[in-house]
This record gives sequence, structure tokens and C-alpha cells, in this order.
Amino acid sequence: MQISLDINGSLRDVYLDPRTTLLDALRSHLGLTGTKKGCDHGQCGACTVLLDGRRVNACLTLACMAQGAKVTTIEGLGSSDALSPLQAQFLNHDGFQCGFCTPGQICSATAMLEELAAGWPSHASTDLEGPFPLSHAEIAERMSGNLCRCAAYSNIVDAIQNAAKDGDAK
Amino acid sequence: MSLGKSLPHDAAPLHVTGQARYVDDIPLPATALHLAFGLSTIAHGEVTALDLSAVRAAPGVVAVYGPEDFDPVPDCSPSAHDEPMISTGEVLYLGMPLFLVAADSHLAARKAARLAKVSYTEKPALLTVDDALAANSRFEDGPVIWAKGDAARAIATAPHVVEGQFELGGQEHFYLEGQVAACLPLEGGDLLVHASTQHPTEIQHKVAHALHLPMSAVRVEVRRMGGGFGGKESQGNALAIACAVVAARTGRPAKMRYDRDDDMMITGKRHDLRLLYRAGFDDRGQLTGVAFTHLFRCGWAQDLSLPVADRAMLHADNCYHLPHIRIESHRLKTHTQSATAFRGFGGPQGMVGIERVMDHVAHALGRDPLEVRRANFYAPAEPVASAGGASPPGPPEDISEQAIGAGPVPPSPDETVDLTSRGAVEGQPERGVAPASPGAQTTPFFMPVEDFIGHELVARLVETSDYAARRAAIADWNAASPILKRGIALTPVKFGISFTLTHLNQAGALVHVYQDGSIHLNHGGTEMGQGLFQKVAQVAAGVFGVDPYAIKITATDTAKVPNTSATAASSGSDLNGMAARAACLTLRDRMAAFIAGKHQVKADAVRFEGGRVRVAGESYGFDQVAAWAYLARVSLSSTGFYATPKLQWDRKAGKGRPFLYFAYGAAVTEVVIDTLTGENRILRADLLHDTGNSLNPALDIGQIEGAYVQGAGWLTTEELVWDGKGRLTTHAPSTYKLPACSDRPDVFNVALWGRPNREDSVGRSKAVGEPPFMLGISAFYALSDAVAACGPGYPALDAPATPERVLAAVQRVQAHV
Repeated sequence: MQISLDINGSLRDVYLDPRTTLLDALRSHLGLTGTKKGCDHGQCGACTVLLDGRRVNACLTLACMAQGAKVTTIEGLGSSDALSPLQAQFLNHDGFQCGFCTPGQICSATAMLEELAAGWPSHASTDLEGPFPLSHAEIAERMSGNLCRCAAYSNIVDAIQNAAKDGDAK
Repeated sequence: MSLGKSLPHDAAPLHVTGQARYVDDIPLPATALHLAFGLSTIAHGEVTALDLSAVRAAPGVVAVYGPEDFDPVPDCSPSAHDEPMISTGEVLYLGMPLFLVAADSHLAARKAARLAKVSYTEKPALLTVDDALAANSRFEDGPVIWAKGDAARAIATAPHVVEGQFELGGQEHFYLEGQVAACLPLEGGDLLVHASTQHPTEIQHKVAHALHLPMSAVRVEVRRMGGGFGGKESQGNALAIACAVVAARTGRPAKMRYDRDDDMMITGKRHDLRLLYRAGFDDRGQLTGVAFTHLFRCGWAQDLSLPVADRAMLHADNCYHLPHIRIESHRLKTHTQSATAFRGFGGPQGMVGIERVMDHVAHALGRDPLEVRRANFYAPAEPVASAGGASPPGPPEDISEQAIGAGPVPPSPDETVDLTSRGAVEGQPERGVAPASPGAQTTPFFMPVEDFIGHELVARLVETSDYAARRAAIADWNAASPILKRGIALTPVKFGISFTLTHLNQAGALVHVYQDGSIHLNHGGTEMGQGLFQKVAQVAAGVFGVDPYAIKITATDTAKVPNTSATAASSGSDLNGMAARAACLTLRDRMAAFIAGKHQVKADAVRFEGGRVRVAGESYGFDQVAAWAYLARVSLSSTGFYATPKLQWDRKAGKGRPFLYFAYGAAVTEVVIDTLTGENRILRADLLHDTGNSLNPALDIGQIEGAYVQGAGWLTTEELVWDGKGRLTTHAPSTYKLPACSDRPDVFNVALWGRPNREDSVGRSKAVGEPPFMLGISAFYALSDAVAACGPGYPALDAPATPERVLAAVQRVQAHV
């Protein structure tokens, strides 16, 4: 089927089998290989992208379901000369080792900070009404869908906390 | 100086923007074929009929290859030629590839692979240690036994004895990037292979061998891996060979990527084992004699199991002086995945054994396990005479003579053997036994321990972690807490650095300076996230006195640096850093001689710093000197080479000096368990680790934290389960529990020891990849401590200490009367 996807601000037409996942559409049909395939089962988080600002596992999302939504991938969050605050802090804090989970971590963290700002509580929140201090426990809970086998978790948490501070400062 | 700076990973800007390219991201021509294996559904038997007609007829399928399509079927083994790419009729484990499909898409290949009609004659499968022992199914003729002193007598005459046995589980690598390779056919039958591998030369060798090509016809390039952890030392061979075979036969590029479940079903994991121990000790807990039996489940093929099991024996002492010890190591052959290299390479398994003895002895005496551990430590290192960590006086060394090959002339190598594999253990020249330093205590393999810093290092960690006060507080807390119990443990690490196959301890590098002053760096090491490329670039930048970012880091390439050893055994920066340093020094010396000549001064008066070259009061840009040197017809390209000195090892006898030095560390972990459910959590971890003069503290701390979490994961949550038919039932992260962000300890303090290596390593640093993995052992013994607070019995925990096992242990100690 012919579908049209709004990816990182540009409209892309692509002809796909209707059962094609968003992840395969991005990687195999649209040349956007920044989004990684780790498990292809929605368990590792390496394929996390944003649909209208909310994080989804691209491997569990059919490409045709993303029609009409704004899809944001790691390539759309920033570029080498204009890094997003999270990208900059992942760089400053070495928030990775092998880097394979990194695009998913950054996409996930981008949406996670929005969820916090919108007042969504988590299992780790001490008060369901908020406010939600950006503690290690909150971040760990909210980021536990993104596995990092190198276990660079300390630096990932540091990067997210500092990016949130950068955001508050602005 | 760029050495010792916490510079970010060289590819950081690429990683955070999604531009870092892994093998599966490399654009291939639209004609590329995608490959998949069809897998066996039984663990042991014969294929009586393999009907592939439906596979061939499936949409998108271009070619299907069964065993009859090869003569012989290509071998994928790094050691014993016992791993056909696809079964030749005999099925040896559940998940064994039976045939190969090439299709025009990944999905088409995988779908088609499920359409085969396979008939089997099933045979009983040997799945467990007991099955294999009963059938005497093993690699090598019998167990390997190393002994020092008379352990049996020492135990028999000891005031006290403990004994026991426990199971120690395996571990799935779960590199986030699964196994993948791609091959492009070049003119004249040559091949270019892109592989996610720690061992490009082995891929080159195996591909060349499969296609009856000289190694020079095959080029292997590796820019990076999305994690390796040992799982990409030999387990990627099959994919690269399959791609090469299909590319050669069809003339089309071919790519193969295992889907995650296939990856976990097909590839080997960390060796699991049953470990038996018996130890005699005095009233202080000092061991008089100890005997270990290691029963390793090696799986269906030999792979690297022999050196892995050797390394477990080499770490059976950890930090403890054991004058009377006997280690018996069985390498059992089972109908399961072929266990392989995994961070630590058997060392962690050996080390958990002696730590179990310490824990058990302390429990038997009612003493703090840390006191027992300290009572058994090796003697402290003699202070180094001169400041700055010069080598202590030792046996005279002559590197050049060693490199040329003192001793007997080696036999002509068998061309089918990959000499660069750690599995190539047979038929290699062995050297005599290293002379012991007078007075130094020796390991169970008779290597003098001259650099033991455990006493000071542990003393500092005890202080910074507030161990004694916390231990007392935990005892009080437990007395008042009937349901939740806390536990704490401090365990040390001493890990030997060098490949135990001595000739692998060599490396090469290639460095170019271009006429514009830019620098191109290449070496034999591969990047898997450990930061090797950045560290080696810092070494090179230090020699040239330029900014590390001026060094162009390039993909590992068998056409640039040949005959490389695997990036393994934590050796990457030690070996490749030294080789790159040698190449850079050659170039710098040439440039210095040239510019000194122009100024009529001596070459050693030339200084390279801050991107400038200073000579005779003048200061020139590095680029200016490069351009002049080019015009003056000075060669601006050089190789560099390094061979680790002082190594002498006889593996059969278990005697010699297999390691240049030891890396040390220690960790304190505090945990809490729920005695009603067995659920448990790490509350705090304090790590102190020895990386010598760190080449890059930020990268080293990252390695240490990650290794600890991975090590603790191995011993707590990561459980591999096979069913009674030999099917791995934990073949995805849904059922195999990897540490997540929430499993990082809430309080996590990590520090570097910060003193120089006594040996003349690159920048006096120490290897960091594997040693801190074993800091995670402290989590296991902290759990044991918490369980011990529940009753009088000894916990006798098996690993991984899942909630089920913790609960069972709690009930055991409570039932103990």
C-alpha cells in the first residue's frame, strides 16, 4: 500500500506491505538507520521513536498506523552542529559505551521529560499529584524500558538530570 | 599531554545523532541478498530427510543450500574444526543450523526458512553435567589437573574442613546489536567482508579457508560493534562465512543478521558449571589446603572452551596465597549451544569458587568474611624503589630474542588452523618455566605475585565505604527486622592480564602523516564501546603533541594491519596502544631528525607540543613541518609493532608466567532481601579499582560501572533455562532478565586506585575491560550474608541468586538445626 509519513518535518511517500513495521519502514525503506533494531519484540527499547511527541517502540508499530502523526526519530532531534539538550548531555556525560541503544535512550528520555512536565506520575513517584523531583528512582523507573547492555546507566541518569536542568534554565 | 584526560568517546557526536554506522546500517546495492538459517528442532539425532522444496518455492527466495551443496561444508570453528556451518546430517543441539536460505529480503529469508520438512531419528541428548559425566562425554581425554603442594594431606591434617558444591549459571551476551555480517564480491573473486566481530583476522581466515582462497584475497573491515563482551570473538564466524559463500556463488552482495531469538538459540554463552570444593583451615580461617573440581558444560563444539576452563583454573586463587591446592577441570561435551568467550573468559567462574570457600570458612568460624579473606591474602608487594613506578628488578628480559623465537623450532603450522585464535592451543611452542623471584609467593601455577596491592586497596575501600560501621549497623537492623534482611560483602579481585596463548600477545599499527599535517591512525584492535579507539588516539596525540581530535581514527581493516589478535582478554589498549606508540615514535623521530638537521641541532632537542614543533628557538606548526618533510622526501608512513615481554607459559603442566601483570580491585555491596518472597535489591555499591595510570579516567570509570552491573546481573537476575528436550526457553529479553536502569545500585560510588602499573605498559596504565566484571561477585556474597542472617545454616546459594533461589536458601538456613 502507498502511505505517506511525516518524518522529522518532511513528508515521505513510500510503498509498503501493510504489515511493515514502522521500524522496518524507517530502516529499510527510508534510509533512516539511526533507529536501531535490538530485539524486534518491544522489549529492549533500541527502536524508540516519537509519535506526536509520545514514545513508542517502532518495532511494535505498523508504519501505516503512523500516518497522520508526526514521527520524530533521532535524526530529527538535532544534528551535529545543533544538538538537542539531551544529545549534548549524553555526549558530555558519556551516556553510552557501544552506542547502539543511544538513539532509543535519547528519544525515550525526550518524551519522558515531557511526561514529567505534563504531570504524569510513575510507579516510583512518592506523591501521585506531584511534583516529581527528577530523582534517580524516578528516572530509573521511567527509563527501564530502554536496556543498555554496557550498563552505562549512571551516566545516562546524569545526562538526563543535567539536560532537565538545562531545560529549566531556559 | 592527552594521556590521562577524560575525553569523550571519539564517536560521541555520531552516537547521539544516530549517525554512527553499524554493519546493518551500511547501504548495500539493491541486488543484495539476505540470508537466514533453518534450525533444528531437536537436540541430538540424525536428519533422515531434509525436504527443502517448499523453501525453494517460497516468495523472494533466490537460493537454498543444504549440506549436499558443499564439499565439504565450511567449518566455522576457531579451534577444532568441529563446527560445520550447517549440519552434515548429525544434529548436536537444538537450534543447530541445518540449511541456508538466500532471499531478496530479510523477512522473506526468515519466513522461507520455516517451511522445510525435516525428519529426524532422535537420540538421547546429554543436556546436564550429570548426563555428560555418566556418558564420559568430554573434550580432551580426561580432566586437566594442576597441583601445587599436597592439598589432600593438608586438608586431612587441618583443624577444620568445609566442603560443598554449587551450580554457577551461564550468561547470554545480549550485545544490543545482534550478530551480523555482510559480504561484497570484488573483482577476481576477492571479497570484502563487513562484520560485527572482535576478531577480524579470524573472519578473514575462516572465509578464505571456506572458499579456498589465500587470506590476501579477503579483506575484513570492522568500524564498530554494538557490544561484544566476548560473544563476537568466534560466534560471528558462521554469518560471515555464509555471506561469503553466497556472494561468491551468486556474485551478489549478501547480508546476514540473526533475529534476536535466533541469535540466542544459535550462539554460545558464558560457560556454566558445577563447582565442588573442599578446604582445610586453621582457627583464624587461614587455608591450609584446598581442592576444587570444575565441571564445565561446554556444549556441542570445542570453540574456546579449553582456554576458558584454563583461565578459571588460573583464577582459582584470586587474591589468596594457597600453598597446597589441587584443581581438577572437566570440559564436558553436551548437546547444547557451544559455550564461548564472555568477559572474564572463565576467570569469574574460578574466582567465585574461592570466594565461596572464604564465605563458607567465615560462616563456619563465625567470623567476618573480610577478616578471613585478609588472613589469606598474598604478601604485599615490595615497595618500588624509584618514584613513578619503574619496573622492579626482575629476571633479565630480552624482548627481541623472545620475539624471534628462542627455544625449539615450532612445527610447520597446519594451514587450516587459525593461529590467531585463542582456541589454537595444540601444537604451539611452549616455553620453559619462568624463574621465580626469590622470596615471592607464587600462584597455584607457580607465577610469583610481585605486585599485590590488595592489602592497601582493601584498607582504603574499608575506610571509604565505612564497611565496619555499616556491618555492625546491619547486624543491629537485622535483629529488629523479622521479614527484611540486609547483607554486606567485600570481595577483592586479582585478574591476570595477557592472552594465555603466548603468541597472541602481539599487535600492529599503521600511522600516516599527510602533507597537511593530518594524521591517520589504524591498529589491530576493534571498537565495541570500550573506548579503545579514543584511548589509542590519545596515545598517538601524546607522541605528536597534537590535539587528540586531530587524529583520524579509522576502521579496523585486515588490509592495513595483518595477523591481528582478537580484541579480547582486556588486552586492546595494552597491545594496540603500544603498537601505535611505536609507529608514532618512528614518524616523530623522522620528522625530528629532519627539522633538527635544518637547524643543525640534535634531534632530541626537538619538542612536539601543543600542535607545534619547537626547535632551536623557533616554533613551527606541525602541519608546516609535515609539508617540509614531504618535500624533503621523508617517509611519513610507518607501521608499529609490540610483543608483550616476560611471558613464559606451559599450559599442559600449569606452570609459568602467563601474565605480564595483575589488575586489582575490590567492591563492597549491600543488599536487602525479602525473606517471604526471595525478592532482593542492591542498595549500595562502593568500588575501588586499579587501572594503573588511567589513560582516560572517564572511560575507565564507565567500564568499571558497566562491568559491575553486568557481573552482578550474571550472579543475580540473568538466568538461562533449558527444558528437558534441550530447548533454551529464555531466548528473548522478555524471559531473560537483563539489568535495567532500575537495577543500578541507588548509591554507587566508584573510584580509581590511581597508582602506576609496575610493569612498563602503555602510559603505565592497566587493562580494564574484564577485571571489574568480577567486582559484581560482591553482590552475590552480600546476598549470602543476608540469607545467613535468617538462621544458623550456611546459605549455600546457587547462582544466579534469583528470588526463587534466595527463598530456597532462606528456608534451608531456617530449617537447619
